[in-house]
Order: sequence, then structure tokens, then C-alpha cells
Amino acid sequence: MAHADTTPKLYGLMAEFETPEQLLEAARRTRDAGYRHFDCYTPFPIHGLTAAMGVKEAKVPWTVFICGLLGAIGAFTLQVWTSVVDYPLNIGGRDLLSWPYFVPITFEGMVLAAAFGAFFGTHIYNRMLSYYHPVFNVPQFVRASTDRFFVCIESKDPKFNRDETYRFLQSLNPLSVVEVPE
Amino acid sequence: MQQTIKAPEVQIKEFPLFEGAQNYERITEQITRIPMERHPMAWTIMFGLGFIGATSLVMALAWLLINGVGLWGINQPVGWGFDIINFVWWIGIGHAGTLISAILLLLRQAWRMSINRFAEAMTIFAVMCAGLFPLFHTGRPWVAYWLFPIPNWLAMWPQFRSPLEWDVWAVSTYFTVSVLFWYMGLIPDLAKMRDRAKTHLQRVVNGIFALGWRNSAIHWMRWEQAYLLLAGLSTPLVLSVHSIVSLDFAISIVPGWHVTIFPPYFVAGAIFSGFAMVLTLVIPFRILYPKLQEYITMNHIDWMAKVMLATGWIVFYGYLCEMFFGWYSGVQFEQFLVVNRFFGPYWPAFWALILCNGIIPQVLWLPKVRHNLLALFIISIIVNIGMWLERFVIIVISLHRDFQTSAWGMYTPTFNDWWLYLSTIGFFVMMMFVFARFIPMLAVAELKELWYRLYHGHNGHAHAPATQHAPAPQGGGQ
Repeated sequence: MAHADTTPKLYGLMAEFETPEQLLEAARRTRDAGYRHFDCYTPFPIHGLTAAMGVKEAKVPWTVFICGLLGAIGAFTLQVWTSVVDYPLNIGGRDLLSWPYFVPITFEGMVLAAAFGAFFGTHIYNRMLSYYHPVFNVPQFVRASTDRFFVCIESKDPKFNRDETYRFLQSLNPLSVVEVPE
Repeated sequence: MQQTIKAPEVQIKEFPLFEGAQNYERITEQITRIPMERHPMAWTIMFGLGFIGATSLVMALAWLLINGVGLWGINQPVGWGFDIINFVWWIGIGHAGTLISAILLLLRQAWRMSINRFAEAMTIFAVMCAGLFPLFHTGRPWVAYWLFPIPNWLAMWPQFRSPLEWDVWAVSTYFTVSVLFWYMGLIPDLAKMRDRAKTHLQRVVNGIFALGWRNSAIHWMRWEQAYLLLAGLSTPLVLSVHSIVSLDFAISIVPGWHVTIFPPYFVAGAIFSGFAMVLTLVIPFRILYPKLQEYITMNHIDWMAKVMLATGWIVFYGYLCEMFFGWYSGVQFEQFLVVNRFFGPYWPAFWALILCNGIIPQVLWLPKVRHNLLALFIISIIVNIGMWLERFVIIVISLHRDFQTSAWGMYTPTFNDWWLYLSTIGFFVMMMFVFARFIPMLAVAELKELWYRLYHGHNGHAHAPATQHAPAPQGGGQ
């Protein structure tokens, strides 16, 4: 392995940038250099950043779609089962299976389940509620939520080499490059 | 064509969305500092007044539970008095929050970014107030769970063919989705509060609620996907909620209620009253927290006033349609209803409604009025009153004289009606001030993204306006 025994365990190397444009360029070049396990940190969402990083993912939309579908099916089935099968009630002489009357609640069930899917899906995929993360060990990282833009190449990347990666990050013209201890 | 895509942003160049010199640091600092520092005396006073209202609400509800709904003025034939009026009024107020946060997001209206957090908070508290009324109107709120499909010893299920049951689903879904949407947008800003906290307590509390957010690009991507999807879901949801509320009326055969125009007319009224309430709140909050003035500019206020004017006309068109259809139906009861609104015993309510919602808002055509905060504040309150009167007119005038003259009656709200109603306003005020005390009032991440996109996005960024090459960080707004 690249690191010697004396070095502390390393999560990765982090480079700090001043503008979104520099970060976009850095992300693209990190990707082009062959790194796969890296992430960017920005104070606000930057369009085109994940594309530059080569990350493409539609887990959240699919989760929302499936949850919405299940919600709609569930709400409709609930209404049909209760009103037709379990406790049939004659309401104004309407058909027991008066499906147009079941549309509003089917819709609400769809929205409710899809919204839960969107909220919890996002946070489960993001592994939220993990309050400790190595990136927080970097002192200047607090500015990631204000006005600084970071790239962190993780040590688990097969291409990661402490010295080479350090030199690579330096070549991107960052404000600083620091080690992220585990 | 690119030009059409850029149009709104070019317009924004002429009507800046930021005032003063801005940069990422300043936007973050100005907004996140508010909850972290001492609050103005006015905050304490307003919170205190709200707190008195909320306490009075608890007492009003306790008194109601002890004595029952006989305390209210409801009777036969007017079984839906203040409770349903207030329910529809509050729910309508809530709708502007969702309109601003969801529909304006989908329409890519950049000016929503400064007011969405605030308006969504308003939505949540308004829906809380709204929910109280039907809950207690059931008379036995402790068995309100019967409204939900929970297996019980009666082996009974809710009556899913009733719009009242649809209402239960619509309003509870609406509340839940509004909270999720709001919290979703809040998480990155709570992380900002955590990172800028001045005390250990602030860092820990904000940190817990930020769920460990670390501004990762991949997290932002999922966050944006979910945020957009929640907006896409909220948009039909908000339309469905007030449509379903209107179906409570429209499905019946009561004169004046059995009208197909009700769903869109109710939705427009909801947005009208909601924008009025946003203005009622934003104008004093801007004075109380002058920092907000850099982000909620006079342009924002102007646009909100314009939306109010436009939706006011839709509502007024609804009134004209009601009159026309009443006459054109050829049904004597419908025709009588129109006459009864004009000249019946509740004529002052009807004409005050026309004055408040139809005539007075027309002064908003004048740019001078739209830039006069005091005038706008007064108009927004008048519109709030007008929209309350609208629900009074729809509910009470239709019910008190329907088909059989022998079944006619009169409705007079009692002291307890007013007590409960005014107390919910107190509760609402208290919640808004609690919100202002602890939570960043504007969506910081979204504002910074907007600022970057509008004024700093040089380097051929896809969304940068072609005419805006202002690379200097202080280029915002001028």
C-alpha cells in the first residue's frame, strides 16, 4: 500500500477552491485523471457539477415513482376493499364500486407516499443522521457551507497515492491541499 | 430558442432581486445571524401578544370541550358557521406558501427564492389553525380517529364517497407534504447555522436538525431531485386541496353551492388571500429585521401586489359568474339566492365583500400604491377581511334561506365563536415569531445559488444571462 506504517490513517486529500468555475474544472480533471472515489463540497447546488464528476444517478426519482405508484394502488385498494368487500354500504344508491368517488383519495395517497419517498429516499441514500464524517476534521471545511468549494479524493480510490494525488491536486491551482484524517 | 429561456432573467436585470453589495459570505451572514443574536424589543412584544393569543386558544378549546359546540352560534339550518368559515379561510391562506414554494419554482420564477421559506412557514402554521376547526366541529374530537381507516371495534370504515372524508385526506396530506418540503429545504441552511454557530448549544441543536449534512455534491444532486419532485407533487396537491374543500359545498344541492365553477374559483381565492397574508407578514418583518430588505426588495413586494391584483380579478370574475349562473339557471331558488345576497338580511356582508375584494384592490393598478408599504399593508388586511367575508357569504347566506321558507333561520356568531377565531390568529402570530427566532427566515442556499446564477455566472455558464458579465463579487444588484 501507498502509505507507510507511521502515517495516520487517511480518509483522503482535500483541495479548496474559491469559485464554482474552478471547482467545475477541478472536478472534470479529477474525473479525467481516472479517479472514481471522490466528492465535491459546495455551499449551494451547482448545475453541471455531478455531470463534470461523471456521476449519473436517478435513484431518487425512481424511488418517488415507485412510492407514488404503491401509494395510489394502496389507497384505491383500501377504499375498494372497505367499501365493497369488508363493509358494503349503500350510499345514495350508488354502485358499491363507485370508482370515480375513490379518485381524490387515490390521488392524495399517491402524493403522500411519493413525498415520503422523496424525503426519506434522499436521506437514506445520503446516509443522513451520520453525524461524524472525516471531512469535518478539516478546519477550513466549515466554509464549505458559506463560500468555499472543495474536492476530496478518497484514499479508497484504487488510483490514490498520497504523493501523486497531492501533486495532482496541487496542479489544479487550489487555495490549499490538506490531508483529511480518518 | 435561447432568448425565450433567458427572458425572465433579463427582466431581473432591470428589477434587481438583491439590494446592496452581496457575496456568498454576506448572504449567509446576514440571514443566519438573525436567529443567533439578540432580538429586537418588538419581537418580545409581538411574541408576547401571540403567546397570550395561544394561551387564550387553549382556554377557548378547554371551555368548548367542557360545554360542547352548543357554545357556538350554529343551529338549524346554519350548521356550518364560523368553524367552516375559519377552516376555509386559514386553509386558503396556507395555499400561497405552496404556490410560492412549488408552482413558482416550476415556473422558474427567481423572485420566489427570497420569500419561499417564510411563506412555507406561514402555510404550516395556517394549516395547523385550519385543522382545529373541523376537528372541534365534529363535536367529539376525541374520536376523530374514526375519520381515518383504522380498524376498530365498531368494524366501521370511513365513508370514502364523501367529500368531507376527502377533506381529511387532502388536508392531512397537505400538512405532511408541506412540512416535508419545508424541512427538506431547511436542512442545508441548518448546516450553515451549525457551521457558523457562536455557542456550543447553537452548534449542537442546529447540528442535530441538520442531520449531518455536509454539502456533498452528490447529496446536493439528490436533494435537488427530491426538491423538484416535491414541488411537482405539491403543485397538483395544493390545487386538489382547495378543489376538494370546494367540493364539500359543490357536491350538495344547496343554492349557491351547487356550482361547477367552485374548484378553480376557490383556488384563486386561496392564492389571493394567501398573498395578502404574505404581505401582511412580510411588511412588518422587513421593518423589524432590516437585513431582510436586501433580499425582499421593493420589487418582490411589487410582484406580490401584482399577483394579488390578478388573482383578485379571477375571484371577482367568480362572483360575476355566480350571479350570472344564478340568474341563467332558471331555478327560482338559485335566483332567490342572488337577490338574497344583494338585499337579504346579510346584505352588509355581501357588499363589504365586494368592496374589500373587488373595489379596493383596484388601487393596486397604481405603481405608487404598490410601492407604499403602509398602503399595501392596509390593503392586504382589507383583502384578508374580504376573503373571510367571502366564506361567510357563501356559507351563511346559502344555508340560512334555502328551499322551504318554514326552514329558514338566522345565524349570529356568539362570543365563543369570536373567542376561538381570534385566538387562532394569536397562535399564528406566535408561531411566526417563534419561526423568526430560531430558523433562518430566507432560504440561504437557494439565494446564493440564485445570486451565482444571475450575477456571478460568467465563464459561459449555461444559465448566465448573456448581458451580465459582472465578475466582481460585489456586482449584485447595484
